[in-house]
Amino acid sequence: MPEGQQPILELQGITKSFGGVEALRGVDFALYSGEIHGLVGENGAGKSTLMKIIAGVHTEFSGHFLVDGQERHFHSARDAHAAGIAMVHQELSVAPDLTVAENVFLGNQPINRFGLVQWRRMAREAGEQLARFGIDVDPMARLGDLPIGLQQLIEIARVLFSGARIVILDEPTSALSPPEVERLFATLKRLRQGGAAIVFISHFIEDILRVSDTVTVFRNGRKVAETASAATSKGALIEAMIGRGGEALEHSYTDDLMLPRPSDSSVILKVDQLSLARSLREVSFEARAGEVLGIYGFMGCGQQELSRILFGKLKPDGGTLAVEGTPKSFASTAAARRAGVALVPESRRDMLFHQEPVYKNISISILDRISSLLLKPARERDIAKRQVEQLQIRPPVVGLDLGMLSGGNQQKVALAKWLTYPPKLLVLCEPTRGMDVGAKNDVINIVRNLRARGLAIIVLSTEPETVLSLADRILVLKRGALVREFKNEPVSKDRLLEAA
Amino acid sequence: MSSETALATGRRARGFAPFLRSQMRNIAPFLTLIFLTAFFAFASPSFATLDNLGNILTQVSVTGIIAVGLTFVILCAEIDLSIASIANVTGIAVAYFTLQESYVNIANVPLPGVVAIILSILLCALLGLVNALGLTVIGIPSFIMTLAMMQIAAGISALLVRGQIAYKVPSLITTLGSGSIGGIPWIVIVAALMLLGGHLVLTYTRFGRYVYMVGGNREAAEYSGLNVKLILGAVMVISAVCSGIGGMLGVAHFGSAQQNEFDTYLLDSIAAVVVGGTSLFGGRGGIGNTIVGLFVLGVLNNGLDHVNIDSFLKILIRGLILLAALVINVYAQRLREKAAE
Ligand SMILES: Nc1ncnc2c1ncn2[C@@H]1O[C@H](COP(=O)(O)OP(=O)(O)OP(=O)(O)O)[C@@H](O)[C@H]1O
Ligand SMILES: [Mg+2]
Repeated sequence: MPEGQQPILELQGITKSFGGVEALRGVDFALYSGEIHGLVGENGAGKSTLMKIIAGVHTEFSGHFLVDGQERHFHSARDAHAAGIAMVHQELSVAPDLTVAENVFLGNQPINRFGLVQWRRMAREAGEQLARFGIDVDPMARLGDLPIGLQQLIEIARVLFSGARIVILDEPTSALSPPEVERLFATLKRLRQGGAAIVFISHFIEDILRVSDTVTVFRNGRKVAETASAATSKGALIEAMIGRGGEALEHSYTDDLMLPRPSDSSVILKVDQLSLARSLREVSFEARAGEVLGIYGFMGCGQQELSRILFGKLKPDGGTLAVEGTPKSFASTAAARRAGVALVPESRRDMLFHQEPVYKNISISILDRISSLLLKPARERDIAKRQVEQLQIRPPVVGLDLGMLSGGNQQKVALAKWLTYPPKLLVLCEPTRGMDVGAKNDVINIVRNLRARGLAIIVLSTEPETVLSLADRILVLKRGALVREFKNEPVSKDRLLEAA
Repeated sequence: MSSETALATGRRARGFAPFLRSQMRNIAPFLTLIFLTAFFAFASPSFATLDNLGNILTQVSVTGIIAVGLTFVILCAEIDLSIASIANVTGIAVAYFTLQESYVNIANVPLPGVVAIILSILLCALLGLVNALGLTVIGIPSFIMTLAMMQIAAGISALLVRGQIAYKVPSLITTLGSGSIGGIPWIVIVAALMLLGGHLVLTYTRFGRYVYMVGGNREAAEYSGLNVKLILGAVMVISAVCSGIGGMLGVAHFGSAQQNEFDTYLLDSIAAVVVGGTSLFGGRGGIGNTIVGLFVLGVLNNGLDHVNIDSFLKILIRGLILLAALVINVYAQRLREKAAE
């Protein structure tokens, strides 16, 4: 913390409750210009809530809020924006139906003197801005048609280049590939040099330690530690986060890990010569019962498309699928589900109902198994309660609207949907994205459990750690083609990155 | 753990104001109804009578029957503009299959009453199926698809009656449409039963849950492995069949079957559903809302007849009330989102 300097932003004794639940209890937080401030804490610790207060999203709270030493009260995100505060939210908040350029300029499109939008200028400037950030994309493309990671990059770029003095990034790297993360960090450092204050939330503690100057740890709505990054360690931070020793929870996977001998159990899924225009090229593999197959690749390598094809959401241009030896061409997701395939997509917004209670979210995909004509709400709640307990979803109240859970807990609900009646094949895209160390460990245990019960599991991820911590066999996907298979051999983060 | 118990006790713990805000969509229509009722009761001594309540109920019955199906459609975030046309063509069809008096100049095909009714219901179900296929298989937006169907159904009506008026319908339809039992019109009973049925289906059946979930987030419904197209298709057929039943009873109620007889029912039905507070964005609302909406419209239409008012001004007033309801509908969505923030 720079001595004697006045904080650009200072919060004192912030308390925020949602109805009966206190999400923040008396939090003090100061931010200085020219610093990158890391924020860590378990799922539901209150990180996003505090940032949303700063960004003018939550306007009702108690405590003092000072910008440049002046007491302020924002009534909306627009007020915050006017004060030079911009935020990348944990949940992607882009406008999928608008073009890339419109998204970059959201709210302040260049307008000529007749009040008309200057399309050409907007497209050119958007293209330039994105290129500065290393993003090569057609500014006139519809944003929703791009892969989710690219959408996230574009949103980050928009906020970084909005000219804000205070930039808040809530888990910005979760969908980025390593080179993109590097580019992001370089940009953050440049902004810091320019005097911006940056808040950076992440569950990747190494990243936090590497890029930030100060780290603040949240637990249960309270600030439990604040130190200079140089003066702390990963273990110490994890311990502060969860209140017990964390060494055992996090591997770094820099050393070689020995993959087991491939199992010769029955083949659940056989994929042959699968192709999809510009996304997948003659992809063939098998997934076996009781085996976790990891598919690793950079963002945009075709993982997303592959997972959608397996679940009947996308139609391949060529190639065949067979489940337990029976050829399938899924006409719908319903057909895939009936054939015993389940998918958890990387974006939870896609598979959750934010305005519905948790139990309806969990029961929706198994309603036909637990009720015929009439609903059985008591049964639904029981089932949901069991899942909530097993996955330690917080708060453990199945009647709460899903939108009131923290990001990581929502992710757990997405997984819980498929666990009551396990499918034959479970496809998980980025299963640990947005989860804290403890929750990641829980997911690892759940997946191992399911494997022991004989499921075939496919884990697709752009994080080497996720694949390494879960998979028995690893395929590397590169620009739509499988380029390498790791089995029965040593593998490490570096080897994976090299192959991709 | 006190925070958890507070949560467990549910929404009350979240304070009264947020609760009110989140319930805006249900409260506003109800307040409107109370306000209108009080206003007309005060303005006209003939309004607040038991007789007149009977009138209002009878007047909203046909709209109510049609609105049952439309509620399903709007809950799915779709729209059906063909309801009035389908009601009309079904009413005409049932007359077409009934022996008319000799002075009615229609080349009709007399069949036994039950057969005529079954054929007519098949006809409207078929038209609904065409809507369903256009929406789900071809992928035409429901707004456009049902706009085309509105024309198609009107065309079939025109071909069947050729500008004439038919009077006779099967006796069962005559009874249900214009008879009464113990002083209560059958048509009111049918409307009440259909509304009740719709409510039970939406609240207590698996299909009803699917309707809400598909309306709430279609993408998520698909990722949950629901057969979204099947649900949307079913909803379009339900809407057409409800319209058809409304059309048959309506013809009996009016005493004649002719072209363009139901034109006002399109707006009335949509208004009833939306004024009642069912969200145009899908996933929120229900038959309870539709019933309140029906009463708002019924009280308004009937009340305006009781006070001395320029009948052309009435049209404008109805339009303004509808606009106000739409504004509330859209705001209720925002307030809800805000309350959930
Ligand atoms: N809109 C809301 N309504 C009710 N409760 C909420 C709401 N938003 C957050 N909460 C609750 O506040 C607490 C803190 O949530 P927050 O989103 O700040 O967590 P987080 O630290 O960002 O977690 P994550 O790492 O999972 O994103 C959680 O218990 C959450 O359930
Ligand atoms: Mg968060």
